[in-house]
Amino acid sequence: MRHIISLLMENESGALSRVAGLFSARGYNIESLTVAPTEDASLSRMTIVTRGSEEVIEQITKQLNKLIDIVKVQDLSDGDHIERELMLVKVKASGEYREEMKRMADIFRGSIIDVSEKTYTIELTGAGSKLDAFLEALDSAAILETVRTGASGIGRGERILKI
Amino acid sequence: MAETELTGAEIVVRCLAAEGVEHVFGYPGGAVLNIYDEIYKQDKFEHILVRHEQAAVHAADAYSRSTGKVGVALVTSGPGATNAVTGIATAYMDSIPMVVITGQVPTAAIGMDAFQEVDTLGITRPCVKHNFLVKDVRDLTETIKKAFYIAATGRPGPVVVDIPKDVTQHSCPFHYPETISMRSYNPTSKGHGGQIKRAMQMLLEAKRPVIYTGGGVILGDADQQLIELARLLGYPVTSTLMGLGGYPSPDQLFLGMLGMHGTIEANMAMQHCDVLLAVGARFDDRVIGNPKHFAKEARRIIHIDVDPSSISKRVKVDVPIVGDVTKVLAEIVKLVHAAGHGPDQEALKAWWAQIELWRSQDCLNYDRNSSIIKPQFVVEKLYEVTQGDAFVTSDVGQHQMWAAQYYKFAKPRRWINSGGLGTMGFGLPAAMGVQMAHPGAMVACITGEGSIQMNIQELATCQQSKLPIKIILLNNGYLGMVRQWQEFFYEERYAESYVASLPDFAKLAEAYGHVGMRIDKPEDVEPALRKAFTEHKDELVFLNFLTDPRENVYPMIPAGKGLSEMILI
Repeated sequence: MRHIISLLMENESGALSRVAGLFSARGYNIESLTVAPTEDASLSRMTIVTRGSEEVIEQITKQLNKLIDIVKVQDLSDGDHIERELMLVKVKASGEYREEMKRMADIFRGSIIDVSEKTYTIELTGAGSKLDAFLEALDSAAILETVRTGASGIGRGERILKI
Repeated sequence: MAETELTGAEIVVRCLAAEGVEHVFGYPGGAVLNIYDEIYKQDKFEHILVRHEQAAVHAADAYSRSTGKVGVALVTSGPGATNAVTGIATAYMDSIPMVVITGQVPTAAIGMDAFQEVDTLGITRPCVKHNFLVKDVRDLTETIKKAFYIAATGRPGPVVVDIPKDVTQHSCPFHYPETISMRSYNPTSKGHGGQIKRAMQMLLEAKRPVIYTGGGVILGDADQQLIELARLLGYPVTSTLMGLGGYPSPDQLFLGMLGMHGTIEANMAMQHCDVLLAVGARFDDRVIGNPKHFAKEARRIIHIDVDPSSISKRVKVDVPIVGDVTKVLAEIVKLVHAAGHGPDQEALKAWWAQIELWRSQDCLNYDRNSSIIKPQFVVEKLYEVTQGDAFVTSDVGQHQMWAAQYYKFAKPRRWINSGGLGTMGFGLPAAMGVQMAHPGAMVACITGEGSIQMNIQELATCQQSKLPIKIILLNNGYLGMVRQWQEFFYEERYAESYVASLPDFAKLAEAYGHVGMRIDKPEDVEPALRKAFTEHKDELVFLNFLTDPRENVYPMIPAGKGLSEMILI
């Protein structure tokens, strides 16, 4: 099962490698991992998307909690949550593609943020599945480059991850 | 009033003194010269100079195992740190509280591939409880305080503090904090009341109970509470390799060690019990063998452990209790008393009758009249001669298992071995750490001719520090456990397990200024041991026992098999 795990950790050098090291040492899988400081400069927030059986996910959260730099761990998949990911796609925009790509970006509510004679760069935000769908919908020959941030997640409503 | 400033090196020494450290095991080098200079000037703690950094860490580790205090090792940067890694990993696997201070190249040189530079933080990260790089002398005091706190609390473990050379030169004011709190680290100590109650009820409902204990009982100093609970209920107790001594081995309730080389009664009881109380143990592969086979029999499991990640890792449990084993066991005892009734005596009687039947197979029997020295015989005689009162360290292999099976540990912290990592070369430096902590005590290092040669240079340390260790070498000329597996599972193809060209160990010991003995007849075993512990009480004695090269460790559960699938003699 796919799980999205959020954690707050001390914003110290090496904290990221402790998490990454834990996943590789114990053979857990990481689908994506994002990390950035929060409004409190002493804390970073990380979102990890992983897959595993219930037992494996339980071990992952326990092992994460054991890391000394980690302040809080929340499995967002345990309740209602929102997930967003940002993707930038550079596509061919010459000839017939020029109109086609503009139309596809509109359909998916993306915006074209860079234009050149032969290319567009489209910015798209949404759940990972929406970004997948967009890439599926494009003519694969038109895709020049893609970059995705990996998922960020937050609990719905009163569900708050804070210390 | 202007505060006096101390250099980083002075601060390190002051912090260690403030933590009550009495012994530091180490080896100097460029990056730690400032610290060594301060050690030279102080008299708060003694520094023990080893001959290899790995030995410093093992000694500090065993110092901790035998006392419960945090062990301290000090090594230099680069190779000093990499040599220490095996020792750190050994302590990590067995959850031993230890602080290892490593020198580092000056901050400006970090990342420049400087002389004797390694990424100590990166290299040690997977085998420490936590590690720190101190980049500013003003962080040094708090970091060392945190290191000791983290090492000793919760599930203990080694903590590395990496200190660049310039940080040891810089100065700042010094105040050692009394306490420390960390928002990201608050280990649970008190178990959940409701769960403890459920555990008590489940224990009283048991028809075929077993108490299974591990290293957590030793680390948590829970032996008294364990004894009280087991005797109150009259339930059988078995222990892992790491838990030996947590419950007195000679006691009738004790079934012996369980696991790969456990007794029949322990393994069969473990497999066929209906309620299992696991205390500070983690159901590892050497203990329950194949978890699928273990799960074939229905039983309810209560698991007490200070580390939540040890619970339901290999085996699903019914009543998890996260907390300090001492406190939780004491709570259970209290509740059992308050319950007003004991367990089902009829069922218990029938269960004990079954256990006695298993026990009557006497699975640890061996040929006591052999004309060649049997290794088990040496351990039994050592037990007799020392009246069960020695600290026994071991290396890894057959001799380790025989030591565990035949030396009946009656007290905790007496059996010192590398159970988790299985580090050959651990025994001799471990004995040094134990002897430093207990100067008047009998300390025996049971070893093999393979293992002893992995840190044999420490015979020099023993001479310099006057450590009267007794080395009990069970010399069968083979890497015995390797040979045993080759005999059983590789059709007797003994690939590289015969160690030819052994030195004359007695002469070698003498070359280092110790007493050496060679014993090749069973009738000489006991007199030699007596002589070692009386006439040569204050000297290191290296006893080279030439033992039966074909002897195997029984019973044995082949890897991947279940608890009831033992190979017997």
